[in-house]
Amino acid sequence: MIVVIDYNVGNVKSVCNAFKHIGCEAKLSREAGVIENATGIVLPGVAAFGYAISALGPLAELIKSLALGGKPLLGICVGYQMLFESSSEYGRHKGLGLVGGNVGSIPPGRVIPHMGWNLVELPKDMDLFAGLGNEKHFYFAHSFCAEVEDAGAKIAYADYGFELAASVQKANIYGTQFHPEKSGKTGLKVLHNFADICKKQNGEKTPK
Amino acid sequence: MLTKRIIPCLDVKDNRVVKGVNFLNLRDAGDPVELGARYSDEGADELVFLDITATIRSRKTIVELVEKVAENVFIPFTVGGGIQTVEQIDELLRSGAEKVSVNTAAVANPDLLAEAAQRFGNQCIVLAIDARRSKIRPGKWHVCIKAGSEPTDIDVVEWAVRGEELGAGEILLTSMDADGTKAGYDNELNKAVTDAVNIPVIASGGAGTLEHLYDAIVDGGADAVLMASITHFENYTIKQIKEYLRDRGIPMNL
Repeated sequence: MIVVIDYNVGNVKSVCNAFKHIGCEAKLSREAGVIENATGIVLPGVAAFGYAISALGPLAELIKSLALGGKPLLGICVGYQMLFESSSEYGRHKGLGLVGGNVGSIPPGRVIPHMGWNLVELPKDMDLFAGLGNEKHFYFAHSFCAEVEDAGAKIAYADYGFELAASVQKANIYGTQFHPEKSGKTGLKVLHNFADICKKQNGEKTPK
Repeated sequence: MLTKRIIPCLDVKDNRVVKGVNFLNLRDAGDPVELGARYSDEGADELVFLDITATIRSRKTIVELVEKVAENVFIPFTVGGGIQTVEQIDELLRSGAEKVSVNTAAVANPDLLAEAAQRFGNQCIVLAIDARRSKIRPGKWHVCIKAGSEPTDIDVVEWAVRGEELGAGEILLTSMDADGTKAGYDNELNKAVTDAVNIPVIASGGAGTLEHLYDAIVDGGADAVLMASITHFENYTIKQIKEYLRDRGIPMNL
């Protein structure tokens, strides 16, 4: 079963609703034992970075070690930003450091927050976007964004007057700046793909 | 680049979607959860739910409705109607709404906008303005409150600018003169407001044809168009609307 990390931030329930809608079992939890036994972990989040990382508390280390051990992890919005090394949102905050790069303000000269539907180019080799074609619109709502500096990461970009890293994938670690749970059918397909990734990973690990 | 948004609006009274003309003569348009799910499925960009009863008794009902909607709607949605306090905003956001819209309470207490924006972020605070064309001051509009029943002498454009300063992240601008008439949006009004503010403006009131939507975006400068009659009664599907606008060069999420 996929576990959606339950900590004191917005939108955790929306993610569970979306998984339920597509017939995938997902459970909201903050218990170490439950998270350790998950087939995959979703780290959602609508909050400021500093608040989110401190709300996560000791779960941060647990999630990090499980992800490094090969458990599929999907970070969404601030959950995505927390995958990186640090953020400069209201001070300097350390992230999980699972993907190389840092989070900073969206460059000035455009409307901020970046809010609405933006086209994302979907690289063929990113598993989250299997079956979605070359490009699709997704729903964004954020004022900070990640600058990815990681040779091992695949990146999907959106054009918002600059190249915005909309999604990353590094081995079993996935992240989306946009909200798949609020991106209509396209977003539900992304969550479905993540559920498939978890199933596959888990099946391979279970001895016959 | 962001696409222009197509936003069906569901006016909710006693747990039913209704639609009137100039805010009167309400006609039943179905179940809010079912209709919301249909629009989410059909590719609408967002939804707006307005509780037009907005009595104390209906507060609990609207929270329950928001929870049900959130289980079935996988696009962002805004909830408005009778919201007076930061605590009520908190409750609605926690129940699953992405944004809340405030109207009467913001006029009575403009600090509500600032307080709410600081606590929840301006992206989830929508200032709803019901505008009536002034009979004494040509080319001007005044703000109406209490579901349009009470005129004020506040100028719409000035109020929109002030709302942005206070922390509203978006303006939902309804022309009461055009509402439900299907005769087109008031694009003079839309233009006056979109020229004056930097935050997105949702044009509302008067959509009857696809051309009206195009005009609100191109002539009115709107970032999003709100509609009720033309989609609730299935004159047009969301797909038809989006294809039409895309073919006329408007960026659409299709």
